[in-house]
Amino acid sequence: MSREVLVKKSDIVKYYLRKIIIAGLVTIAVTWVALPFIMTIIYALSDPDQYYDPHIVIPTRYTLEHIHKLIVLGAWNATINSVIVAVLTILFSFAIGLPAGYAFARYAFKGKDSLKLFIVALRMFPMMVIAVPLLVLYFKLGLADTLLGIALAHTAMALPFVILITSGIIAGVPVEYEEAGLVFGLNRIGAFFRITLPLALPGLAAAAIFTFIMSWNEVFIAAVLSFQNRTLPAFILNLIGGATDFIKFAGAFIMVIPALVFVFVAGKYLVRMWGITLK
Amino acid sequence: MFMGDTYMVDVHLRGVVKRFGKTIALRGIDLDINDGEFVVLLGPSGCGKTTTLRIIAGLEKPTKGKVIFGNRDVTYLPPRERNISMVFQSYAVWPHMTVYDNIAFPLKIKKVPKEEIDKRVKWAAELLQISELLNRYPHQLSGGQRQRVAVARAIVVEPQVLLMDEPLSNLDALLRVKMRSEIKKLQRRIKVTTIYVTHDQVEAMTMGDRIAVMNAGKIMQVGTPWEIYNKPANVFVAGFIGSPQMNFIDVTIEEAQDGVNLVSSDFTIKLPQEYISLLKDYVGKTMILGIRPEHMYPLGYVPANLQKKDKIKGVVDFVEALGSDTIIHLNTGSKIIVVKTSGTYRPKIGEELEIVIDLDKIHLFDKNTEKAII
Repeated sequence: MSREVLVKKSDIVKYYLRKIIIAGLVTIAVTWVALPFIMTIIYALSDPDQYYDPHIVIPTRYTLEHIHKLIVLGAWNATINSVIVAVLTILFSFAIGLPAGYAFARYAFKGKDSLKLFIVALRMFPMMVIAVPLLVLYFKLGLADTLLGIALAHTAMALPFVILITSGIIAGVPVEYEEAGLVFGLNRIGAFFRITLPLALPGLAAAAIFTFIMSWNEVFIAAVLSFQNRTLPAFILNLIGGATDFIKFAGAFIMVIPALVFVFVAGKYLVRMWGITLK
Repeated sequence: MFMGDTYMVDVHLRGVVKRFGKTIALRGIDLDINDGEFVVLLGPSGCGKTTTLRIIAGLEKPTKGKVIFGNRDVTYLPPRERNISMVFQSYAVWPHMTVYDNIAFPLKIKKVPKEEIDKRVKWAAELLQISELLNRYPHQLSGGQRQRVAVARAIVVEPQVLLMDEPLSNLDALLRVKMRSEIKKLQRRIKVTTIYVTHDQVEAMTMGDRIAVMNAGKIMQVGTPWEIYNKPANVFVAGFIGSPQMNFIDVTIEEAQDGVNLVSSDFTIKLPQEYISLLKDYVGKTMILGIRPEHMYPLGYVPANLQKKDKIKGVVDFVEALGSDTIIHLNTGSKIIVVKTSGTYRPKIGEELEIVIDLDKIHLFDKNTEKAII
């Protein structure tokens, strides 16, 4: 026995209409984010004649000349400096921030909440105010114009964030996993490294990415504290004041590319780890 | 077979007190657990049973008092040096390791040779019937399977003391009943001293060699399931064990000709002569009478061998038909008395009933101390 099934035309129309609207909204959102990137990349690589031609929006001839110029002027060294500073910043801020975050997550102690608030409040000091005294101090300590100096300043900036994020991440790993580790033969440090750390790793990786990008993008402190050993943003800031437009675009281009690559690689790792631990 | 030469150990708690800030979790716990015994810590939530277990495990340090394993004071030893293992309420099966690695982990830490680890993991997996799950990750397992992994991990190290913190509370009802008997059988087989925490009286009664009933940071009574049920030491234990709960009625003790009268506002129960000597200090005073619902019978359902009995009257207020049993709520005037009887009996609401009480099974508690007198 089969029953006659009615299909309303309006249902089908509605179904596809909804799909089209969603696709449209997604397109707008993606364009919003991607267009500046695309324009930066196009103009960073465009031929100077075409760039200044008012009739050509999208150039047809491309060149690596501007980027090459930047590299000749020292962009490559600055990039290496930036990577070193960012990696040092991650190392320092995690070496200090992770134990602090662990303590916030796992122990109850007097003044815990006020201490947390205090750590956040540290970020309220404007860098402008700190920068000059810091430079004086750095001269006395011999840290001025060193990558270590910049990395330490960036660590100070990243630390409140790292402490709060890691304490949240570690609080998300049930304490029973650690206690089971203690019962089955580990000491506290062993339980942390063999049980809690692997489970917290995806979250910690996300925090590391954030720290990396913060350090990578930070220009003010880096520009104040260094003269020769500049990080990439400080180098570009110094350079592009009087430069032509496509040099500016080329500067933006080499600023963006390494960060993008890093985020993609780390992001993939992140998704894979989350897939295992959060299921 | 329990592999290797293990010796078991008796466990003693001596005056254990635990404070968390201002709250007192344990108010002086004394408990002796024998070699190879299965002891259940039973009590309502917040009574301190889990804290007691965690102190035995070494995950908490007592504020005062001692924990002794055999002839060794372990109060200041970290968990890993106590030769214990534990099944957590949430199982705590590590999500970043396969089932095999989870079970093998404690042995790897102890640097047991690889072949030996393999042998023991397979032995434990077989015992718990999880051999085919060894290569899976915990997130691929059901709750019941995870629980088995937790138990396998706990026994593979051949602990001297096995601690279990409500291991069945996250399982569905059917599986819980099944695992109850399996854990008990397993414990009999490997004869490990076991301390088991639960708030479920049925679990406690069916699994424990002895039960320690706890309330508000104190042990109320320690005894075999039979003792706990038949000879409750106080009102708390009497009320906590048994379902439906024991009926408690305030009665005044009056001496009568050839016996003792228990006078309540609704009825009088007469006890025979021999109770006089037991209750002579209480004549004229109020006591708490305790009668279990299953020790009262409607007429027609009275066992023939009942020795001492008396009757009370009341009106049926409410009936719960559970199939195998019928629970009758009897209004005796100012009180509701709960009676548990055969499922074949179905009185109507409003019906007047006569209920026979088995006087051998009644309990009388001191009104002030709440301790059992009879």
